[in-house]
Amino acid sequence: MRALLNPLQWLVEFVVSVGRGALFFVHLCWLGVAALRRPRLVIDQIHFIGNYSLSIILVSGLLIGFVLGLQGYYTLRRYGSEEALGLLVTLSLVRELGPVVTALLFAGRAGTSLTAEVGLMKAGEQIDAMEMMAVDPVARVLAPRFAAAVFCVPLLAALFSALGVLGGYLVGVVMIGVDAGAFWSQMQGGVDWLDDVGNGVIKSVVFGFTVAFVALFVGYNAQPTPEGVARATTTTVVAASLAILGLDFILTALMFSAD
Amino acid sequence: MPEFLSLDRVRFGYGKRVILDDISMRFERGKVVALIGGSGSGKTTILRLIGGQLRPQQGSVVFDGQDVHRLDREGLYALRRRMGMLYQFGALFTDLSAFENVAFPLREHTDLTEAMIRDLVLMKLEAVGLRGAAQLQTSELSGGMARRVALARAIALDPPLIMYDEPFAGLDPVALATVAQLIRRLNDALDSASIVVSHDIKDAFAIADQVFLLAGGRIAAQGSPEQMKASDDPNVRQFLEGDIDGPIAFHYQAKPLAEDLGLGA
Repeated sequence: MRALLNPLQWLVEFVVSVGRGALFFVHLCWLGVAALRRPRLVIDQIHFIGNYSLSIILVSGLLIGFVLGLQGYYTLRRYGSEEALGLLVTLSLVRELGPVVTALLFAGRAGTSLTAEVGLMKAGEQIDAMEMMAVDPVARVLAPRFAAAVFCVPLLAALFSALGVLGGYLVGVVMIGVDAGAFWSQMQGGVDWLDDVGNGVIKSVVFGFTVAFVALFVGYNAQPTPEGVARATTTTVVAASLAILGLDFILTALMFSAD
Repeated sequence: MPEFLSLDRVRFGYGKRVILDDISMRFERGKVVALIGGSGSGKTTILRLIGGQLRPQQGSVVFDGQDVHRLDREGLYALRRRMGMLYQFGALFTDLSAFENVAFPLREHTDLTEAMIRDLVLMKLEAVGLRGAAQLQTSELSGGMARRVALARAIALDPPLIMYDEPFAGLDPVALATVAQLIRRLNDALDSASIVVSHDIKDAFAIADQVFLLAGGRIAAQGSPEQMKASDDPNVRQFLEGDIDGPIAFHYQAKPLAEDLGLGA
Protein backbone atom coordinates (compact mmCIF):
# COMPACT_ATOMS: atom_id res chain seq x y z
CA MET A 1 0.00 0.00 0.00
CA ARG A 2 2.75 2.42 0.96
CA ALA A 3 4.55 1.58 -2.25
CA LEU A 4 1.58 3.02 -4.13
CA LEU A 5 1.11 6.08 -1.94
CA ASN A 6 4.68 7.25 -1.89
CA PRO A 7 6.77 5.17 -4.30
CA LEU A 8 9.93 7.25 -4.00
CA GLN A 9 10.08 7.11 -0.21
CA TRP A 10 9.29 3.40 -0.29
CA LEU A 11 12.08 2.79 -2.81
CA VAL A 12 14.60 4.73 -0.73
CA GLU A 13 13.64 2.83 2.42
CA PHE A 14 13.81 -0.46 0.55
CA VAL A 15 17.28 0.23 -0.83
CA VAL A 16 18.50 1.38 2.59
CA SER A 17 17.19 -1.74 4.29
CA VAL A 18 18.73 -4.02 1.64
CA GLY A 19 22.02 -2.20 2.14
CA ARG A 20 21.80 -2.55 5.91
CA GLY A 21 21.03 -6.23 5.56
CA ALA A 22 23.96 -6.77 3.21
CA LEU A 23 26.38 -4.99 5.55
CA PHE A 24 25.04 -6.98 8.47
CA PHE A 25 25.57 -10.20 6.51
CA VAL A 26 29.19 -9.38 5.70
CA HIS A 27 29.75 -8.35 9.33
CA LEU A 28 28.23 -11.62 10.57
CA CYS A 29 30.35 -13.73 8.19
CA TRP A 30 33.48 -11.96 9.37
CA LEU A 31 32.62 -12.27 13.05
CA GLY A 32 31.43 -15.85 12.49
CA VAL A 33 34.95 -16.77 11.40
CA ALA A 34 36.37 -14.84 14.35
CA ALA A 35 34.03 -16.73 16.69
CA LEU A 36 35.88 -19.95 15.84
CA ARG A 37 38.67 -18.71 18.09
CA ARG A 38 36.32 -19.45 20.96
CA PRO A 39 35.22 -22.94 19.93
CA ARG A 40 33.42 -23.56 23.21
CA LEU A 41 30.75 -20.96 22.33
CA VAL A 42 30.23 -22.41 18.85
CA ILE A 43 30.13 -26.00 20.11
CA ASP A 44 27.46 -25.10 22.67
CA GLN A 45 25.35 -23.65 19.88
CA ILE A 46 25.96 -26.63 17.57
CA HIS A 47 24.69 -28.79 20.40
CA PHE A 48 21.73 -26.54 20.99
CA ILE A 49 20.50 -25.90 17.46
CA GLY A 50 21.97 -28.87 15.59
CA ASN A 51 21.34 -31.65 18.04
CA TYR A 52 17.83 -30.53 18.87
CA SER A 53 16.92 -30.40 15.16
CA LEU A 54 18.24 -33.91 14.65
CA SER A 55 15.11 -35.89 15.48
CA ILE A 56 12.75 -33.92 13.25
CA ILE A 57 15.25 -34.06 10.38
CA LEU A 58 15.81 -37.81 10.69
CA VAL A 59 12.13 -38.69 10.96
CA SER A 60 11.22 -36.40 8.06
CA GLY A 61 14.00 -37.84 5.92
CA LEU A 62 12.77 -41.37 6.53
CA LEU A 63 9.14 -40.48 5.78
CA ILE A 64 10.02 -38.63 2.59
CA GLY A 65 12.09 -41.65 1.57
CA PHE A 66 9.04 -43.87 2.09
CA VAL A 67 6.89 -41.64 -0.11
CA LEU A 68 9.56 -41.37 -2.80
CA GLY A 69 9.92 -45.15 -2.80
CA LEU A 70 6.18 -45.65 -3.29
CA GLN A 71 5.53 -42.90 -5.84
CA GLY A 72 8.72 -43.68 -7.70
CA TYR A 73 7.82 -47.34 -7.92
CA TYR A 74 4.30 -46.64 -9.23
CA THR A 75 5.60 -44.38 -11.98
CA LEU A 76 8.64 -46.41 -12.98
CA ARG A 77 6.64 -49.63 -13.19
CA ARG A 78 4.61 -48.15 -16.05
CA TYR A 79 7.80 -48.12 -18.10
CA GLY A 80 9.09 -51.38 -16.74
CA SER A 81 12.09 -49.75 -15.14
CA GLU A 82 11.53 -50.42 -11.42
CA GLU A 83 15.20 -51.20 -10.97
CA ALA A 84 15.94 -47.48 -11.50
CA LEU A 85 14.10 -46.75 -8.24
CA GLY A 86 17.34 -46.38 -6.23
CA LEU A 87 18.63 -43.84 -8.72
CA LEU A 88 15.39 -41.85 -8.73
CA VAL A 89 15.13 -41.74 -4.94
CA THR A 90 18.75 -40.77 -4.45
CA LEU A 91 18.88 -38.10 -7.13
CA SER A 92 15.67 -36.52 -5.85
CA LEU A 93 17.13 -36.45 -2.36
CA VAL A 94 20.70 -35.28 -2.90
CA ARG A 95 19.86 -32.75 -5.59
CA GLU A 96 16.67 -31.21 -4.24
CA LEU A 97 14.74 -32.59 -1.32
CA GLY A 98 17.66 -33.12 1.05
CA PRO A 99 18.97 -29.54 0.98
CA VAL A 100 15.60 -27.83 0.52
CA VAL A 101 13.42 -29.70 3.00
CA THR A 102 16.20 -29.75 5.59
CA ALA A 103 16.60 -25.99 5.29
CA LEU A 104 12.83 -25.45 5.54
CA LEU A 105 12.57 -27.66 8.61
CA PHE A 106 15.65 -26.03 10.10
CA ALA A 107 14.08 -22.59 9.60
CA GLY A 108 10.98 -23.76 11.44
CA ARG A 109 12.74 -25.63 14.22
CA ALA A 110 15.99 -23.73 14.87
CA GLY A 111 15.50 -20.45 12.98
CA THR A 112 12.45 -19.48 14.98
CA SER A 113 14.14 -20.29 18.27
CA LEU A 114 17.18 -18.21 17.29
CA THR A 115 14.94 -15.26 16.38
CA ALA A 116 12.89 -15.55 19.55
CA GLU A 117 15.97 -15.96 21.73
CA VAL A 118 17.72 -12.90 20.32
CA GLY A 119 14.48 -10.89 20.31
CA LEU A 120 13.78 -11.74 23.94
CA MET A 121 17.35 -10.90 24.93
CA LYS A 122 16.74 -7.52 23.38
CA ALA A 123 13.39 -7.11 25.13
CA GLY A 124 14.98 -8.02 28.49
CA GLU A 125 17.70 -5.37 28.02
CA GLN A 126 20.30 -8.14 27.89
CA ILE A 127 21.69 -6.90 24.58
CA ASP A 128 21.82 -3.39 26.04
CA ALA A 129 23.53 -4.63 29.18
CA MET A 130 26.12 -6.45 27.10
CA GLU A 131 26.83 -3.26 25.16
CA MET A 132 27.29 -1.43 28.45
CA MET A 133 29.71 -4.14 29.57
CA ALA A 134 31.79 -3.29 26.50
CA VAL A 135 31.00 -6.64 24.87
CA ASP A 136 29.82 -6.54 21.25
CA PRO A 137 26.55 -8.51 21.21
CA VAL A 138 26.91 -9.26 17.50
CA ALA A 139 30.28 -10.91 18.14
CA ARG A 140 29.34 -12.59 21.41
CA VAL A 141 25.72 -13.66 20.85
CA LEU A 142 25.02 -13.67 17.11
CA ALA A 143 28.30 -14.79 15.55
CA PRO A 144 28.63 -18.15 17.38
CA ARG A 145 25.02 -18.95 16.52
CA PHE A 146 25.63 -18.00 12.91
CA ALA A 147 28.74 -20.18 12.64
CA ALA A 148 26.95 -23.10 14.31
CA ALA A 149 23.92 -22.89 12.02
CA VAL A 150 26.04 -22.67 8.88
CA PHE A 151 27.97 -25.72 10.08
CA CYS A 152 24.87 -27.73 11.02
CA VAL A 153 22.66 -27.36 7.94
CA PRO A 154 24.86 -29.32 5.45
CA LEU A 155 25.38 -32.09 8.01
CA LEU A 156 21.67 -32.31 8.72
CA ALA A 157 20.95 -32.32 4.98
CA ALA A 158 23.38 -35.23 4.52
CA LEU A 159 21.66 -37.17 7.29
CA PHE A 160 18.27 -36.33 5.82
CA SER A 161 19.31 -37.72 2.42
CA ALA A 162 20.87 -40.81 3.98
CA LEU A 163 17.69 -41.60 5.93
CA GLY A 164 15.64 -40.86 2.80
CA VAL A 165 17.61 -43.42 0.78
CA LEU A 166 17.10 -45.91 3.59
CA GLY A 167 13.35 -45.14 3.54
CA GLY A 168 13.21 -45.67 -0.23
CA TYR A 169 15.07 -48.96 0.20
CA LEU A 170 12.72 -50.17 2.93
CA VAL A 171 9.62 -49.46 0.86
CA GLY A 172 10.96 -50.35 -2.58
CA VAL A 173 13.13 -53.36 -1.83
CA VAL A 174 11.97 -54.77 1.49
CA MET A 175 8.23 -54.17 1.13
CA ILE A 176 7.52 -54.17 -2.62
CA GLY A 177 10.32 -56.47 -3.68
CA VAL A 178 12.38 -54.48 -6.19
CA ASP A 179 15.69 -56.26 -6.79
CA ALA A 180 18.19 -55.07 -4.16
CA GLY A 181 21.19 -55.44 -6.45
CA ALA A 182 19.58 -53.30 -9.15
CA PHE A 183 18.46 -50.74 -6.57
CA TRP A 184 22.01 -50.15 -5.31
CA SER A 185 23.94 -50.61 -8.54
CA GLN A 186 21.75 -48.24 -10.56
CA MET A 187 22.24 -45.70 -7.79
CA GLN A 188 25.97 -46.23 -7.76
CA GLY A 189 26.24 -45.95 -11.51
CA GLY A 190 23.93 -42.99 -11.99
CA VAL A 191 24.82 -40.64 -9.15
CA ASP A 192 27.85 -38.47 -9.77
CA TRP A 193 29.83 -37.39 -6.73
CA LEU A 194 30.68 -33.94 -7.92
CA ASP A 195 27.67 -33.04 -10.05
CA ASP A 196 24.95 -34.46 -7.85
CA VAL A 197 26.22 -34.85 -4.29
CA GLY A 198 28.65 -31.93 -4.54
CA ASN A 199 26.05 -29.52 -5.90
CA GLY A 200 23.58 -30.68 -3.25
CA VAL A 201 26.13 -29.89 -0.56
CA ILE A 202 26.76 -26.46 -2.07
CA LYS A 203 23.01 -25.83 -1.99
CA SER A 204 22.73 -26.78 1.65
CA VAL A 205 25.68 -24.56 2.55
CA VAL A 206 24.00 -21.63 0.79
CA PHE A 207 20.72 -22.42 2.59
CA GLY A 208 22.58 -22.64 5.90
CA PHE A 209 23.90 -19.10 5.42
CA THR A 210 20.43 -17.95 4.37
CA VAL A 211 18.47 -19.35 7.30
CA ALA A 212 21.06 -18.32 9.89
CA PHE A 213 21.28 -14.80 8.51
CA VAL A 214 17.53 -14.29 8.22
CA ALA A 215 16.82 -15.67 11.70
CA LEU A 216 19.49 -13.57 13.42
CA PHE A 217 18.90 -10.39 11.43
CA VAL A 218 15.18 -10.49 12.08
CA GLY A 219 15.67 -11.29 15.79
CA TYR A 220 18.27 -8.57 16.27
CA ASN A 221 16.04 -5.97 14.61
CA ALA A 222 12.82 -7.11 16.32
CA GLN A 223 10.74 -4.61 18.26
CA PRO A 224 11.63 -5.35 21.90
CA THR A 225 8.04 -6.14 22.90
CA PRO A 226 6.01 -9.38 23.10
CA GLU A 227 4.18 -8.59 19.84
CA GLY A 228 7.44 -7.57 18.20
CA VAL A 229 9.10 -10.89 19.05
CA ALA A 230 6.03 -12.84 17.95
CA ARG A 231 5.97 -11.01 14.65
CA ALA A 232 9.69 -11.54 14.19
CA THR A 233 9.47 -15.32 14.55
CA THR A 234 6.73 -15.42 11.92
CA THR A 235 8.80 -13.20 9.64
CA THR A 236 11.74 -15.58 10.01
CA VAL A 237 9.76 -18.58 8.80
CA VAL A 238 8.14 -16.73 5.91
CA ALA A 239 11.25 -14.87 4.73
CA ALA A 240 13.62 -17.81 5.17
CA SER A 241 11.28 -20.24 3.38
CA LEU A 242 10.77 -17.94 0.41
CA ALA A 243 14.48 -17.18 0.22
CA ILE A 244 15.31 -20.91 0.27
CA LEU A 245 12.84 -21.74 -2.49
CA GLY A 246 13.88 -18.77 -4.62
CA LEU A 247 17.57 -19.51 -4.22
CA ASP A 248 16.92 -23.18 -4.94
CA PHE A 249 15.48 -22.34 -8.32
CA ILE A 250 18.42 -20.09 -9.19
CA LEU A 251 20.97 -22.65 -8.01
CA THR A 252 19.25 -25.51 -9.86
CA ALA A 253 19.19 -23.46 -13.06
CA LEU A 254 22.89 -22.72 -12.69
CA MET A 255 24.04 -26.17 -11.63
CA PHE A 256 22.19 -28.76 -13.64
CA SER A 257 21.62 -29.26 -17.35
CA ALA A 258 19.72 -31.80 -19.45
CA ASP A 259 22.70 -33.83 -20.69
CA MET B 1 38.67 16.62 44.83
CA PRO B 2 38.95 16.72 41.01
CA GLU B 3 35.75 16.12 39.11
CA PHE B 4 35.53 12.68 37.63
CA LEU B 5 32.53 12.94 35.40
CA SER B 6 30.74 15.98 34.12
CA LEU B 7 27.82 16.86 31.92
CA ASP B 8 28.12 20.25 30.34
CA ARG B 9 25.02 21.98 29.00
CA VAL B 10 23.61 18.75 27.62
CA ARG B 11 20.50 18.85 25.49
CA PHE B 12 18.71 15.76 24.22
CA GLY B 13 15.38 15.00 22.60
CA TYR B 14 13.55 12.82 20.12
CA GLY B 15 12.51 14.89 17.13
CA LYS B 16 10.83 17.99 18.47
CA ARG B 17 10.20 16.47 21.90
CA VAL B 18 12.83 17.77 24.29
CA ILE B 19 13.75 15.32 27.06
CA LEU B 20 16.70 17.12 28.60
CA ASP B 21 17.54 20.76 28.20
CA ASP B 22 20.71 22.51 29.30
CA ILE B 23 21.74 19.98 31.93
CA SER B 24 25.06 20.46 33.70
CA MET B 25 26.21 18.13 36.46
CA ARG B 26 29.45 17.24 38.24
CA PHE B 27 30.24 13.90 39.82
CA GLU B 28 33.17 13.04 42.07
CA ARG B 29 34.68 9.79 43.21
CA GLY B 30 33.64 8.64 46.66
CA LYS B 31 30.25 10.33 46.38
CA VAL B 32 26.78 8.89 45.89
CA VAL B 33 24.56 11.14 43.81
CA ALA B 34 20.82 10.59 43.56
CA LEU B 35 18.84 11.65 40.49
CA ILE B 36 15.19 11.98 41.42
CA GLY B 37 12.20 13.13 39.45
CA GLY B 38 8.91 11.86 38.10
CA SER B 39 8.64 9.17 35.45
CA GLY B 40 9.61 10.49 32.06
CA SER B 41 11.68 13.30 33.54
CA GLY B 42 14.79 12.04 31.73
CA LYS B 43 16.63 10.35 34.61
CA THR B 44 17.42 7.15 32.76
CA THR B 45 18.26 9.16 29.64
CA ILE B 46 21.09 10.79 31.60
CA LEU B 47 22.55 7.35 32.39
CA ARG B 48 22.32 6.37 28.75
CA LEU B 49 24.04 9.58 27.69
CA ILE B 50 26.86 8.92 30.14
CA GLY B 51 27.22 5.35 28.86
CA GLY B 52 27.41 6.59 25.28
CA GLN B 53 24.27 4.72 24.22
CA LEU B 54 22.62 8.01 23.31
CA ARG B 55 24.23 11.04 21.76
CA PRO B 56 23.38 14.54 22.99
CA GLN B 57 22.15 17.10 20.48
CA GLN B 58 24.24 19.71 22.22
CA GLY B 59 26.78 19.80 25.00
CA SER B 60 29.27 17.19 26.13
CA VAL B 61 29.79 14.40 28.62
CA VAL B 62 33.35 14.12 29.92
CA PHE B 63 34.42 10.99 31.78
CA ASP B 64 37.85 11.08 33.40
CA GLY B 65 39.11 13.65 30.89
CA GLN B 66 37.62 11.98 27.79
CA ASP B 67 34.65 13.28 25.82
CA VAL B 68 32.39 10.21 25.68
CA HIS B 69 30.78 11.10 22.37
CA ARG B 70 33.99 11.85 20.50
CA LEU B 71 35.39 8.38 21.01
CA ASP B 72 35.34 5.67 18.36
CA ARG B 73 33.77 2.31 19.18
CA GLU B 74 36.97 0.89 20.61
CA GLY B 75 37.55 3.94 22.78
CA LEU B 76 33.97 3.84 23.99
CA TYR B 77 34.25 0.15 24.85
CA ALA B 78 37.48 0.84 26.77
CA LEU B 79 35.60 3.50 28.71
CA ARG B 80 32.61 1.28 29.41
CA ARG B 81 34.88 -1.30 31.00
CA ARG B 82 35.28 1.30 33.74
CA MET B 83 31.53 1.76 34.18
CA GLY B 84 29.13 -0.57 35.93
CA MET B 85 25.44 -0.37 35.19
CA LEU B 86 22.60 -1.93 37.14
CA TYR B 87 19.41 -2.20 35.11
CA GLN B 88 15.97 -1.80 36.60
CA PHE B 89 15.09 -5.46 36.13
CA GLY B 90 18.63 -6.76 36.35
CA ALA B 91 18.97 -7.70 32.67
CA LEU B 92 20.68 -10.93 33.68
CA PHE B 93 21.57 -13.30 30.85
CA THR B 94 18.79 -15.85 31.01
CA ASP B 95 20.85 -18.68 29.51
CA LEU B 96 23.50 -18.47 32.25
CA SER B 97 23.53 -19.30 35.96
CA ALA B 98 23.98 -16.63 38.63
CA PHE B 99 27.67 -17.59 38.86
CA GLU B 100 28.20 -17.36 35.10
CA ASN B 101 26.43 -14.02 34.93
CA VAL B 102 28.86 -12.51 37.41
CA ALA B 103 31.78 -14.28 35.73
CA PHE B 104 30.74 -12.91 32.32
CA PRO B 105 32.62 -9.57 32.39
CA LEU B 106 35.67 -11.28 33.92
CA ARG B 107 35.74 -13.94 31.20
CA GLU B 108 35.24 -11.37 28.44
CA HIS B 109 37.74 -8.78 29.60
CA THR B 110 40.46 -10.56 31.56
CA ASP B 111 42.78 -13.53 31.13
CA LEU B 112 42.35 -14.71 34.70
CA THR B 113 42.60 -18.39 35.45
CA GLU B 114 39.45 -20.35 36.21
CA ALA B 115 40.41 -20.58 39.88
CA MET B 116 40.83 -16.82 40.17
CA ILE B 117 37.55 -16.17 38.38
CA ARG B 118 35.84 -18.54 40.78
CA ASP B 119 37.27 -16.76 43.82
CA LEU B 120 36.37 -13.31 42.49
CA VAL B 121 32.83 -14.32 41.55
CA LEU B 122 32.23 -15.89 44.96
CA MET B 123 33.56 -12.75 46.66
CA LYS B 124 31.23 -10.54 44.63
CA LEU B 125 28.30 -12.82 45.35
CA GLU B 126 29.25 -12.85 49.02
CA ALA B 127 29.13 -9.04 49.00
CA VAL B 128 25.49 -9.16 47.87
CA GLY B 129 24.69 -12.07 50.20
CA LEU B 130 24.08 -14.63 47.46
CA ARG B 131 27.15 -16.87 47.50
CA GLY B 132 24.83 -19.77 48.26
CA ALA B 133 22.76 -19.03 45.17
CA ALA B 134 25.74 -19.19 42.79
CA GLN B 135 24.54 -22.26 40.93
CA LEU B 136 20.90 -21.20 40.58
CA GLN B 137 19.59 -20.48 37.10
CA THR B 138 18.30 -16.98 36.40
CA SER B 139 14.73 -18.30 36.25
CA GLU B 140 15.04 -19.61 39.82
CA LEU B 141 15.91 -16.20 41.29
CA SER B 142 13.31 -13.88 42.79
CA GLY B 143 13.15 -10.28 41.57
CA GLY B 144 15.17 -8.99 44.50
CA MET B 145 17.78 -11.74 44.17
CA ALA B 146 18.11 -11.11 40.43
CA ARG B 147 18.75 -7.44 41.18
CA ARG B 148 21.47 -8.36 43.67
CA VAL B 149 23.14 -10.79 41.25
CA ALA B 150 23.01 -8.03 38.63
CA LEU B 151 24.65 -5.72 41.16
CA ALA B 152 27.42 -8.28 41.71
CA ARG B 153 27.88 -8.45 37.94
CA ALA B 154 27.97 -4.65 37.62
CA ILE B 155 30.84 -4.43 40.14
CA ALA B 156 32.73 -7.49 38.86
CA LEU B 157 35.49 -5.34 37.35
CA ASP B 158 35.56 -2.88 40.30
CA PRO B 159 34.47 0.06 38.12
CA PRO B 160 35.17 3.63 39.25
CA LEU B 161 31.69 4.65 38.09
CA ILE B 162 28.56 2.69 38.99
CA MET B 163 25.14 3.67 37.67
CA TYR B 164 21.94 2.34 39.19
CA ASP B 165 18.67 2.57 37.28
CA GLU B 166 15.80 2.37 39.78
CA PRO B 167 17.59 -0.05 42.11
CA PHE B 168 14.78 0.06 44.69
CA ALA B 169 11.75 -0.41 42.45
CA GLY B 170 9.64 -3.41 43.37
CA LEU B 171 11.77 -4.57 46.31
CA ASP B 172 10.35 -5.58 49.68
CA PRO B 173 11.41 -3.36 52.63
CA VAL B 174 14.18 -5.70 53.79
CA ALA B 175 15.67 -6.22 50.33
CA LEU B 176 15.34 -2.49 49.72
CA ALA B 177 17.28 -1.52 52.84
CA THR B 178 19.90 -4.17 52.03
CA VAL B 179 20.40 -2.89 48.48
CA ALA B 180 20.57 0.71 49.70
CA GLN B 181 23.24 -0.17 52.26
CA LEU B 182 25.12 -2.17 49.62
CA ILE B 183 25.22 0.78 47.26
CA ARG B 184 26.71 2.98 49.96
CA ARG B 185 29.19 0.33 51.15
CA LEU B 186 30.35 -0.55 47.65
CA ASN B 187 30.79 3.10 46.79
CA ASP B 188 32.98 3.68 49.83
CA ALA B 189 34.95 0.45 49.42
CA LEU B 190 35.72 1.04 45.73
CA ASP B 191 36.01 4.82 46.08
CA SER B 192 33.81 5.05 43.03
CA ALA B 193 31.31 7.60 41.84
CA SER B 194 27.77 6.27 42.14
CA ILE B 195 24.71 7.63 40.39
CA VAL B 196 21.38 6.37 41.70
CA VAL B 197 18.26 7.02 39.65
CA SER B 198 15.22 6.64 41.85
CA HIS B 199 11.91 8.00 42.91
CA ASP B 200 12.14 6.37 46.28
CA ILE B 201 12.99 9.54 48.18
CA LYS B 202 13.51 8.13 51.66
CA ASP B 203 16.08 5.52 50.68
CA ALA B 204 17.76 7.68 48.07
CA PHE B 205 18.18 10.47 50.60
CA ALA B 206 19.49 8.05 53.21
CA ILE B 207 22.53 7.09 51.15
CA ALA B 208 23.12 10.10 48.88
CA ASP B 209 25.67 12.86 49.35
CA GLN B 210 24.02 15.00 46.74
CA VAL B 211 20.61 15.07 45.08
CA PHE B 212 19.46 16.41 41.72
CA LEU B 213 15.73 16.87 41.16
CA LEU B 214 14.76 16.78 37.50
CA ALA B 215 11.52 18.25 36.23
CA GLY B 216 10.47 19.34 32.76
CA GLY B 217 13.82 18.38 31.27
CA ARG B 218 15.76 20.66 33.58
CA ILE B 219 17.43 20.49 36.96
CA ALA B 220 14.71 21.90 39.19
CA ALA B 221 16.76 21.76 42.37
CA GLN B 222 20.02 20.36 43.70
CA GLY B 223 21.82 20.07 46.99
CA SER B 224 22.56 17.73 49.87
CA PRO B 225 19.63 15.70 51.19
CA GLU B 226 19.42 18.04 54.20
CA GLN B 227 19.33 21.11 51.97
CA MET B 228 16.64 19.52 49.84
CA LYS B 229 14.54 18.63 52.85
CA ALA B 230 14.81 22.19 54.14
CA SER B 231 14.18 23.75 50.72
CA ASP B 232 11.08 25.78 50.12
CA ASP B 233 11.39 25.47 46.34
CA PRO B 234 7.89 24.53 45.12
CA ASN B 235 9.28 21.76 42.85
CA VAL B 236 11.07 20.14 45.76
CA ARG B 237 8.15 20.51 48.16
CA GLN B 238 5.72 19.02 45.68
CA PHE B 239 7.95 16.05 44.94
CA LEU B 240 8.87 15.37 48.56
CA GLU B 241 5.31 15.64 49.79
CA GLY B 242 3.69 13.97 46.80
CA ASP B 243 1.24 16.82 46.18
CA ILE B 244 -0.90 16.58 43.09
CA ASP B 245 -0.99 20.35 42.63
CA GLY B 246 2.25 22.12 41.93
CA PRO B 247 4.73 23.01 39.23
CA ILE B 248 5.24 19.33 38.24
CA ALA B 249 2.25 18.48 36.05
CA PHE B 250 0.49 15.15 36.51
CA HIS B 251 -1.26 15.44 33.16
CA TYR B 252 0.51 14.94 29.86
CA GLN B 253 0.11 18.03 27.72
CA ALA B 254 -3.38 18.05 26.18
CA LYS B 255 -6.06 20.39 24.91
CA PRO B 256 -8.77 21.34 27.42
CA LEU B 257 -10.96 18.45 28.55
CA ALA B 258 -14.20 20.25 27.59
CA GLU B 259 -12.94 20.69 24.05
CA ASP B 260 -11.93 17.01 23.78
CA LEU B 261 -15.35 15.89 25.00
CA GLY B 262 -17.10 18.27 22.64
CA LEU B 263 -18.64 20.32 25.46
CA GLY B 264 -19.01 24.07 25.68
CA ALA B 265 -19.04 26.65 22.95
